[in-house]
Amino acid sequence: MIYVVIGFLWLSICLYVILGGADFGAGIVELFTKDKNRPKTQTIMYESIAPVWEANHMWLIIAIVILFVGFPEVYTTLSTYLHIPLVLMLIGIIARGTAFTFRHYDAVKDEWQAVYTQIFYFSSLLTPFFLGLIAAATISRSINPNADNFLDLYIFSWLNWFGVAVGLFTASICAYLASIFALRETIDRMELSLMIKKSKQTMIFVVITGILVFFTAYISDIPLVMWVFSKPLGIMATFFATISLGLILRAMHIRKLLPVRALAGFQVIMILVAATYQHNPNIILFSNGQHLSLLEHIAAPKTISALGWALILGSVFILPFLFYLMFSFSKQRRQLKETAKPETPIK
Amino acid sequence: MDDFLAARAQMAMSLGFHIIFSCVGMVMPFLMAFAHWKYLKTKNEVYKGLTKAWSKGVAILFATGAVSGTMLSFELGLLWPSFMKHAGPIFGMPFSLEGTAFFIEAIAIGFFLYGWDRFNKWFHWFCGFLVGVSGLASGILVVAANAWMNSPAGFDYVNGQYLNIDPIKAMFNDAWFSQALHMTVAAFCATGFAVAGVHAYLILKKKNVEFHTKAFRIAAGFALIGAFGAPLTGDTAAKSVAERQPIKLAAMEAHFETEKGAAFIIGGIPDEEKGEVKYAIKIPKVLSFLVSNDFNHEVKGLNDFPRDEWPPVAVVHYAFQTMIFFGVVMIIIGTIYLYSLFFKKEWLDRRWLLKTFLIAMPFGYIALEAGWTVTEVGRQPWIIYGIMRTVDAVTPMPGIQYSFYFFTAVFFSLSLVIAFLLTRQIKMVPRLYDPNDPQFNPNAKNKKS
Repeated sequence: MIYVVIGFLWLSICLYVILGGADFGAGIVELFTKDKNRPKTQTIMYESIAPVWEANHMWLIIAIVILFVGFPEVYTTLSTYLHIPLVLMLIGIIARGTAFTFRHYDAVKDEWQAVYTQIFYFSSLLTPFFLGLIAAATISRSINPNADNFLDLYIFSWLNWFGVAVGLFTASICAYLASIFALRETIDRMELSLMIKKSKQTMIFVVITGILVFFTAYISDIPLVMWVFSKPLGIMATFFATISLGLILRAMHIRKLLPVRALAGFQVIMILVAATYQHNPNIILFSNGQHLSLLEHIAAPKTISALGWALILGSVFILPFLFYLMFSFSKQRRQLKETAKPETPIK
Repeated sequence: MDDFLAARAQMAMSLGFHIIFSCVGMVMPFLMAFAHWKYLKTKNEVYKGLTKAWSKGVAILFATGAVSGTMLSFELGLLWPSFMKHAGPIFGMPFSLEGTAFFIEAIAIGFFLYGWDRFNKWFHWFCGFLVGVSGLASGILVVAANAWMNSPAGFDYVNGQYLNIDPIKAMFNDAWFSQALHMTVAAFCATGFAVAGVHAYLILKKKNVEFHTKAFRIAAGFALIGAFGAPLTGDTAAKSVAERQPIKLAAMEAHFETEKGAAFIIGGIPDEEKGEVKYAIKIPKVLSFLVSNDFNHEVKGLNDFPRDEWPPVAVVHYAFQTMIFFGVVMIIIGTIYLYSLFFKKEWLDRRWLLKTFLIAMPFGYIALEAGWTVTEVGRQPWIIYGIMRTVDAVTPMPGIQYSFYFFTAVFFSLSLVIAFLLTRQIKMVPRLYDPNDPQFNPNAKNKKS
């Protein structure tokens, strides 16, 4: 049953990074869009995230609940030593969620919209940045439970160049996912080529920040290269991620938009696999060489089995509904698209 | 401010706000579904407008409840890591189920808000109703987890070790039913009064009178159920407390000496040092009767317990008195309303009745927060009653006061913005929601003219 629980932990993290990430990315893309193109970008982005955004928080909550029920030591270690970045990430989540809702549900559309929008942009950038930073801290051996001063215990446990690089990389991935997902929401050629341009720009950012991650890992003595490339699985994951990049470019060129989405999601999963498989099932690596493992540091057997069943039961209830929800809205948007621009159909 | 106090203050404040957001988010969908049902039955467009107006309230509160809930799931660990390390695997079960309930709620809201004229009308109605049902389920599950802190179960505590953990038994602990029942009814009461108060105000202002009268009647109906349900379920809760946490009951009543035929103490100023209550009204034997249905039952007093296990007596006592006071006021208002519904229909439109409801707008939430204070402060100094002290659970990280200031600022601004947004929704009623208003034009670009 422990593998079921770990599987769900993985699933919820992946879905949070992909769906939630696209969600955050929408704000990042808007933030870095020229004023001229902003209204258009905003409409397209909004169309692509509107129906399911409320559900996206849940992937994170599920991951957190799995951690504190099934892996309490992991949860308490994270929340003790990474208290500060977690709070910063929370601020991002709160500000973003509420700003988005308010932007959408405020009955009067006036100058307040600009305020909500600004908050929405910056929190969209901050949240994935800190998410990346926290993820980096779990494997960079920077958490030192034996330290005796505030700085080493609670600040340098997460503040280092590698963390910053991973944070930037995560934000870039979010922006990339958002622009890719938005491709299918465009309603005419002009919009489509605008978004393709954006996808290519964000792709460049992903590559640059990715290189930055390896570089900072190298200068901070984190054996990232070894982790990723020492075993066939890592090499294969990296290979697939790179191949997908080429395929995505090709598919965008011939305007096959559905595979582009699938490939981008697949790419992100491959990146996650490449970064974590080597030290799996160890989820937190401490500076003193010890670690917390998803197979050893676990709750009592009855708890794990109850948690596993709760998760299985939950997904039986949720997933069909969620897919039906997504399906209904994409169908509805397709109809909208057809009625809106019958003279310039998308290939 | 010392870190322990700051951590407690932050937790209390976060929960204090979250309770309001989530209770409104839990009950509003039922108001909405009721108005929707009326619309489907009567085809009266006013009910449709009302449903839409309330659904916006649901969406706003749902979103804020979701973020404050996300914050809490982190705060538990950020502030109380030692507690979560041991308690997480034992009392976490309701949280993992709550994830499902919450997810269903989110999906149902998605269907409901975007589903007008797109789905079968009864399926659409059912989605709205499902929002309420799953919200209610979430609420009950979270209260069950809280109840475990008051009534730990599902493990054996041997030499500081938590053995034989059974999360299902932990979930169905002795307190979950009475606590969840009372909380649910109180949520209906509080939200009913709050919503009724808002609409009463708008009727008094003579704005969209028909629209707001329909809204007021529905909300007042819910308030009525809550007002009469609260004392009944409260009685069950009090009996359960008397059995499980006699010291909490003693603190609620500022009852110092153990005695048979204990008096029910109303008001007064408890003096912990001297062990007495000044200026209180004492009704002989009633406390004994309330907790056991026997006028001569023995009720344990605070003096029977070690001093270092007392909760802050004055806080718990005042909170309890506040809850009772507002509860009684709401029963009186409810009785008047019920009487006018059946015997004096003409009273229903009288200004004094509406004014009463306007004044009573916050009463439900005051009572709810007071009751929550009784439950939580009354549990102190324990975080897991009888097992782990709150002071042993707090995070080792210093400087929590800054975190407290910060979160306080966040919650206050969040509440201000919600109030602001809801006011703006209300201002737009003539144009967006009331079909009988000359300004009604929901499809126009609603820019400020």
